[in-house]
Amino acid sequence: MTITEERGRAHGYTDLPRLMGLMTGDEKHGPAATSTLDVLWVLYDRVLRVGPERPDDPGRDRFLLSKGHGPMAYYAVLAAKGFVPVDWLPGFGSYDSPLGHHPDRVLVPGAEIGSGSLGHGLPIAVGTALGLRAQGLDEPRVWVLVGDAELDEGSNHEAIAFAGPAGLERLHTVVIDNSSASHALPGGIAARFEAAGWSAVTVDGRDHEALYAACTAPHPGRPHVVVARVEPKSV
Amino acid sequence: MPDASGKAPTSMDTMRDRLAPVVSRLLDEDPRVAVVLAEIGKDAFTEAYRRHPDRVVNVGIREQLLVGAAAGMALTGLRPVVHTFASFLVERPFEQVKLDLGHQDVGAVLVSAAASFDWPAGGYTHMAPGDVALLDTLDGWTVHVPGHPDEAETLLRHAVAAGDDKVYVRLSVQANREALAVDGAHFRTVREGRRGVVVAVGPMLDAVLTAVAGLDVTVLYATTVRPFDAAGLRRATAAAGTDVVLVEPYLAGTSTGAAGDALTDLPHRVLGLGVGRRELRRYGRVEEHVAAHGLDAGSLRERIDGFVGGGVVAGRA
Repeated sequence: MTITEERGRAHGYTDLPRLMGLMTGDEKHGPAATSTLDVLWVLYDRVLRVGPERPDDPGRDRFLLSKGHGPMAYYAVLAAKGFVPVDWLPGFGSYDSPLGHHPDRVLVPGAEIGSGSLGHGLPIAVGTALGLRAQGLDEPRVWVLVGDAELDEGSNHEAIAFAGPAGLERLHTVVIDNSSASHALPGGIAARFEAAGWSAVTVDGRDHEALYAACTAPHPGRPHVVVARVEPKSV
Repeated sequence: MPDASGKAPTSMDTMRDRLAPVVSRLLDEDPRVAVVLAEIGKDAFTEAYRRHPDRVVNVGIREQLLVGAAAGMALTGLRPVVHTFASFLVERPFEQVKLDLGHQDVGAVLVSAAASFDWPAGGYTHMAPGDVALLDTLDGWTVHVPGHPDEAETLLRHAVAAGDDKVYVRLSVQANREALAVDGAHFRTVREGRRGVVVAVGPMLDAVLTAVAGLDVTVLYATTVRPFDAAGLRRATAAAGTDVVLVEPYLAGTSTGAAGDALTDLPHRVLGLGVGRRELRRYGRVEEHVAAHGLDAGSLRERIDGFVGGGVVAGRA
């Protein structure tokens, strides 16, 4: 099978466990490995205006995976949507594979940033939104996915506190909240963003309709955060 | 020392005084150019901000965001010029410099001020003599160290025009009396001798020329130190021999390895002079710190003469 044929095949949500299994060797995955899976699927399937046929289109939406740990769900979605050939997946993490345990934008088609060190995606997303605005590109939206414990990193708070008052309407953050922070944000995650002038919605991170509604809710003049609650990382 | 507005208490303007005028013109000329600031230096860009409110951004006192946001802008195709004091531009957000620019494979122009000891009364928190050495741990950086405000203008233009390269421009209140023509790449031969090569970096040139008066040495003037002009140094050693003295306005020995690499197949000796590692815990004036680090003309004379071993001649220079 050629790469083109494999890329051209349509994959659905139900294919994702099999695609992840090509990387993990097992089609059963615990909550930690799949914490981002439903959000990623809803974004790539219904929200983001992106596609493998227009990877460099200046008008495309930008999705920045900031929480680069455990990227199997991300690679599975990118493979399902045709950005990454499915036959790359079994090599996950090997020397000759473009697919590492943290993604590298230079190596992975469709990956807007390389990530792994926490707290870098949101500041870069702020700059991406500023850069698009400066060029009069009013259509593209910028999405960045962070983890709840990732919000421990102070760089996020530099970005959150700037983006609200700057009115970066095109900026969207989705926080995967699996209660993994040892010291949770006082007052809660949504309140932290709201205090900085963001629009905020908290939803069930497994409920596709609720996620879609939260991700497409209007938020004129303000950046928007979707807090997606999933099962606690450790119970 | 420059305050937040960039004014220095001298009659001659400083390199930093040229930053906003030069970059403001570039903002007018090139829609790719953007400026990112973290409070420091914003007053000089007031008019530029009025003209280009979307391309002149002050993120507040947030230096991780300063570099991260610049990287995001670069990802959309802009050419960000990022400015603050060296300690807050290179040291505090070093991981952002390494990852958000280097690892993301995008470029920016980082323009620092006050790096080594431009504001001695401000103390060690506002000193970053290790800035160039720190950037040396990363791949692909061009480093310009102008020695005069006119050279700073030229090198800023080179930096912004350098495609998507990663470029660091190190502005200082220390400066030579006269500007020389600089090309943004090569060392320039200022005088020729036969008993050694002295590489004077940026603002060190005047003191070096005073120091080597009557010594039979070649003086190269370096305002672009990365990439290191290995070919230029090798050419100079053909006539002047392979005793090499580096006089750098930042951490002593920063370019010793680069000079050694340039001469790796030749027997050679390298003396690296510059700012010492030891924290002085002194305030005072720039001249006092220059002397404390042995970078005044008298100290340089003694150290260079001692290294190249005399060779005093008349009628050269």
